[in-house]
Amino acid sequence: MASYPGQQALNPTAALPAETMQPAVQTSNKLSARNINFFYGSFQALHDISLDIPANKVTAFIGPSGCGKSTFLRTMNRMNEALRNTRVEGELLLDSRALLEMDVTDVRRRVGMVFQKSNPFAKSIFDNVAYGLRVNGIRKKSVIEEAVERSLTHAALWTEVKDKLNKPASALSGGQQQRLCIARALAVEPEVLLLDEPCSALDPIATLKIEELLFQLKEMTTIVIVTHNMQQAARLADLTGFFLLGKLIEIDGTRKIFQNPKKKETEDYVTGRFG
Amino acid sequence: MMMEISKKRRAINVVMLSLSGICTVLVVGVLFFILGYLLIHGARSLNWDFFTKLPKPAGETGGGMANAIVGSAKVLLIAMSIGVPLGFLAGVYLAEYSGRTFAFILRYTVDLLNGVPSIVIGIVAYAVVVRPMKHFSALAGGVALGIMMIPIAVRTTEEFLRAVPNAMREGAMALGATKAQTVFTVVVPAAVSGLTSGMMLNLARVAGETAPLLFTALGNMFWAKGWLAPIATLPVMIYNYAIAPDEDLHQQAWAAGFVLLSLILLVNITARMIIARGPASSRR
Repeated sequence: MASYPGQQALNPTAALPAETMQPAVQTSNKLSARNINFFYGSFQALHDISLDIPANKVTAFIGPSGCGKSTFLRTMNRMNEALRNTRVEGELLLDSRALLEMDVTDVRRRVGMVFQKSNPFAKSIFDNVAYGLRVNGIRKKSVIEEAVERSLTHAALWTEVKDKLNKPASALSGGQQQRLCIARALAVEPEVLLLDEPCSALDPIATLKIEELLFQLKEMTTIVIVTHNMQQAARLADLTGFFLLGKLIEIDGTRKIFQNPKKKETEDYVTGRFG
Repeated sequence: MMMEISKKRRAINVVMLSLSGICTVLVVGVLFFILGYLLIHGARSLNWDFFTKLPKPAGETGGGMANAIVGSAKVLLIAMSIGVPLGFLAGVYLAEYSGRTFAFILRYTVDLLNGVPSIVIGIVAYAVVVRPMKHFSALAGGVALGIMMIPIAVRTTEEFLRAVPNAMREGAMALGATKAQTVFTVVVPAAVSGLTSGMMLNLARVAGETAPLLFTALGNMFWAKGWLAPIATLPVMIYNYAIAPDEDLHQQAWAAGFVLLSLILLVNITARMIIARGPASSRR
């Protein structure tokens, strides 16, 4: 446990100089939100959220339950549109183009998502990973086979499943199923990968595997992760945003958020004095 | 005093337990009585001829019901090809697409249709198929039974699709699948074992229907001349033979009843085995 690089960040005595805590300013923004408001019926779940998500970084959202962090995540690939009686206001930019005006299936292919509870389809391991390619019109067997192997390798699952690709996905363990879902999302080569508390149902060993995986994946894709686990955010994220009651309180370099936040609410939350 | 109450309560307990026990035995007893009675009478008069020969003309003994067995299969095939696709697609719409108000109306309509007496559905099939075509036919019988299958097909489809976890739909949509792709390549496959067995039970349910066939398929003592001609079916054959004066025909009716019940039981058991062996995901 002591070997996690980010853990010492929670310890004020091990603080690094404040200058090194700033996020790299040179990186381009992959996704930007401008004044996002979101409504479930008449209930406003998000209030005026504006933030930038840099490319090839891990951005974490933390905050208490019901603070809107998952809702915001689901706004970024427009999953909330599937829910009845919801409404989004404001502007979302994917590579500086208006995300809310693009074709929704195109958005979801480019902005992938991994859910809190692993949700493999009632299909074989192979067909699960191949699904995203097939619905996007890729039929060529060699292309699909190659992509399945590559995705499973990236998700650190290939060696465990390569001899049972035709077995049903439900035969895998919980941690393996979640990595399968990550592989499934990676198969369509998303530019952004959204993860909604991907480790909340997993044991510490499976969690560690997924964290290592995400750390490597950020070279290929931009990662946004919602987590309840502050240690996880501290270990993984380059940037951390703190949500409270549907508002983004602040977003900054992870160390800055955990050691020297600007806002009192953030400090109370990360030091456990919340409430 | 305490002892008194305790005794009284114990007595009530014994009485209630015995009452419910007796009722259970009665219920199961009725089923086994029917099964046993059919088995004794039916199996005794069952022989190879029953499956291979045509009915004999009145006055002669022997013969079989080969035409009625094939006839029932043909009528049920038509019924299935009408009831299953219609009911399935309407069920898909109900579970995946429709808004709340329309779903309520549709569900209510389907439940009403389910409550329509089978003889009335027979009359409808008579009016819309038999009269315009000017003769009784396998088609008319199939239409009547097909209409009878629709309500259960709709509701079974809806129930089994709703049982598929929403997380699976979201997973598919998050990969860029359209709504239709999600429904037909993820949701329906996840529910396929339930759907198959539901449709089989539905078929078994209408296989024994007699009333709607009396004036649609009518009956036939010979092989039917195609799908548009009157055709013999097991339930109508049982009806005709059971009210006939001849003891030999009564025996044949018993045999037909036994065969029909065995076939329905076979379909039922197969369907339940499919449900039990379905993928775990559809039962999560």
